[in-house]
Amino acid sequence: MTQNDTTTESEQVPAGGVIATDPATESIWPLWEIFVRSSRGLSHVHAGSLHAPDGTMALRNARDLYTRRNEGTSIWVVPSEGITASDPDSKGGFFESAQGKNYRHATYYTQSEGVKHL
Amino acid sequence: MSDTVGFTSQDSATRISMGNAITAEELASREDRASEEVARYALILGDDSLMLAQRLGHWISRAPELEEDVALANIALDLLGHARFLLTYAGSAWDKTEDDLAYFRDEEEFRSARLVEHENGDFGQTIARQLIFSFYAYALYSRLLASTDETLSAIADKALKEVDYHRDHAAQWLMRLGGGTEESHRRMQTGLDTVWTYIEELFIDVEPTTQLAEAGVAVLPSALRDEVLTQLSTIIEEAGLRVPQAKGAFGADRSGRYSEHRGFILAEMQVLAREHPGATW
Repeated sequence: MTQNDTTTESEQVPAGGVIATDPATESIWPLWEIFVRSSRGLSHVHAGSLHAPDGTMALRNARDLYTRRNEGTSIWVVPSEGITASDPDSKGGFFESAQGKNYRHATYYTQSEGVKHL
Repeated sequence: MSDTVGFTSQDSATRISMGNAITAEELASREDRASEEVARYALILGDDSLMLAQRLGHWISRAPELEEDVALANIALDLLGHARFLLTYAGSAWDKTEDDLAYFRDEEEFRSARLVEHENGDFGQTIARQLIFSFYAYALYSRLLASTDETLSAIADKALKEVDYHRDHAAQWLMRLGGGTEESHRRMQTGLDTVWTYIEELFIDVEPTTQLAEAGVAVLPSALRDEVLTQLSTIIEEAGLRVPQAKGAFGADRSGRYSEHRGFILAEMQVLAREHPGATW
């Protein structure tokens, strides 16, 4: 609250001049994930997240927060709740099973004799 | 620019660079000097930007949300940039620097309009002031592009893209506050009603602007009036709000004689430079 607010809020200010706000019930803006593409031909890369009341304002906030130093030529904003993420606790089952399976890489195989143009 | 390469980082998700727009330092090193009249005109434009930048800076750490805090600070910095260009150019007529003009002029020497000096009020009132000023500034700079004074034209070119964004920022909030809750609508309307009384001062033809406009150097303020007021009325009605029919405040002449806020703004803005003249940090 700015000190000037009291001029327009006088009818709501209780005795003592303190406006009670309960952080638990105060509504906050939804969270958005920001993706910035630095130049043509590259993909959008996750840059961070921010709060905004809607997608249009999220784009503007992203412009102010993530492209102030000529970082971007394009911005995507995605509601954070629209992202389904892998569970960090189950990374064993998710990602580590690929380890040791060298035959999934091309370098595992030796070049057969007589095969040209490889 | 040669230092752009060293400043560029390749390893981050978001590459940064300086860009290549003109800077106030570059302007200060130029040979061309403003004439007395052009300098006085540049002060009118520069003082508006400087005062509004100072006012908006007061929102830093006080905005409703952190993101909006940054947005308002960004706009304030853009305006400060415009003030730096214009005051630097004005100063070239009198061998003064931008700092001489910003920090060591007294109240009656400033030429800003009372709209930009008006207190922030609540967020709605700040948006109302932003709306009026950014639409005015856009109309102004889009015409100043054609100025026969190359420096003013270059400054207008740089400023135009920035005030275009300021217009968008204010218009987006006008729509949301106007069509939001009963309380946001009420505050937005009150904000418009409050600052609207100062709008006419922006369109007053004061010297030396009139004669410079005839020479194709300056933009005649009164020539902007219809266009800006029409645009503002359209967007205000689109937001479901009422175009204020307020009577203009007394004493709209950019002299500062009737400004109740200018002295307080300057006291805060100038105190450090005046207590420690020549200090750098």
